[in-house]
Amino acid sequence: MEIASLARSLAEQPFCKELTQAQVEFLAGCAKNARFEIGDYLFREGSLAESLYLVRSGKVAIESYVPGRGSLKVDTLGPGDILGWSVLLPPFRWHLDAQALEPTLVFALDANCVRGKVQADQSFGYAFMLRLLAAASQRLMQARLQQLDVYKAELR
Amino acid sequence: MTDPLLPEPMAVLRFRRETRDTFTLELDARPRGGFRFAPGQFNMLYAFGLGEVPISISGDPLRPAVLTHTIRAVGPTTRALGRLKKGDCVGVRGPFGTPWPLDEAQGKDLLVVAGGIGLAPLRPTILSALSRRPAFGRVCIAYGVRAPAELLYAKELERWRGRIDVDLEVTVDRGDPDWRGHTGVVTKLLRQFELDPPNTVAMLCGPEVMMRFAARELEGLGVPEPRIYLSMERNMKCGVGSCGHCQLGPTFICKDGPVYPLTKMTPLMSVQEL
Repeated sequence: MEIASLARSLAEQPFCKELTQAQVEFLAGCAKNARFEIGDYLFREGSLAESLYLVRSGKVAIESYVPGRGSLKVDTLGPGDILGWSVLLPPFRWHLDAQALEPTLVFALDANCVRGKVQADQSFGYAFMLRLLAAASQRLMQARLQQLDVYKAELR
Repeated sequence: MTDPLLPEPMAVLRFRRETRDTFTLELDARPRGGFRFAPGQFNMLYAFGLGEVPISISGDPLRPAVLTHTIRAVGPTTRALGRLKKGDCVGVRGPFGTPWPLDEAQGKDLLVVAGGIGLAPLRPTILSALSRRPAFGRVCIAYGVRAPAELLYAKELERWRGRIDVDLEVTVDRGDPDWRGHTGVVTKLLRQFELDPPNTVAMLCGPEVMMRFAARELEGLGVPEPRIYLSMERNMKCGVGSCGHCQLGPTFICKDGPVYPLTKMTPLMSVQEL
């Protein structure tokens, strides 16, 4: 019953929009709800990547600590965003920090469970990885634009 | 405007620093009976003895007694304008160029997308829209800058954010430890607004690459290409389409622009040699 309820909520996530109902229910077996308060860390750089997150509400900052400058924000994520593909890629450790800037609700997908299901069901695995690739591609495009530093003052 | 090539001296009423390298000049237009312009138009400002620069008008069209420009000091002329004080004079030619299509946006959702100093040319549009707010559906503003210290019109942004009939989202490319807002490119903000895309008019101003990415994102959301407008920038000199410095393919930006529908700019922006 709880999984059926989770599956219904999961299905509304943009990440799950192109998954079949059966695939969403399959994924829901790995999911649980989690809440983070302002200032809570979803994860810290270097720690084991134990969950993949789908943000339901709130705002999460992706940060990197630079000695002498503090924690610099490189991105913020909000409702509908996915966070944490490190759970699928060895060495399964976080490369950055993620801190809640607002009270944040997420679906936390257990890393071992997701890895197991991706390997066990290739059709599901392909659909899941395709969605992940789409999110990663969009994030990469945004990061490239960010890297261009387009607002820098230039004499023309 | 009598002779469009003859600068008219106007006195500085007020100088206000916006950021480390950006300032706002308010000029006294009362002696000439006010300075009327349409949102999106620009003037040529002459720092006597140094040169002229094209600067968008950033003031309130409903306050013609004050002529306002927000300027980023990046070269000798703009740096000289940045040294002006109250009572000093500057030469003004204008207004030139095409306006933002605010009338077309009436009855529709209005989306303003600004990057960096690009908020300045859009400010008159925002002020105009807010002065007749019921004429529009949703009014949404997406604003991106490099860092929190580079936000223009900080107090005004707070006022707009405080209105229940305006959706304002601000993002920075690089967030410092104290920044609690969005970090990332301005295009990311566009999905957050509850717009009716087929019924939206979008106005974009900022670096050309930012506008290209934002336009692509808007088309992906379903905003029709003919309803996406952008303000172009090239090397404007004469302001009347005579000198040819600002030519972009078949168009002169000072005279036919700077505001164009995306449909006219798409084929030109993809030609790197232009």
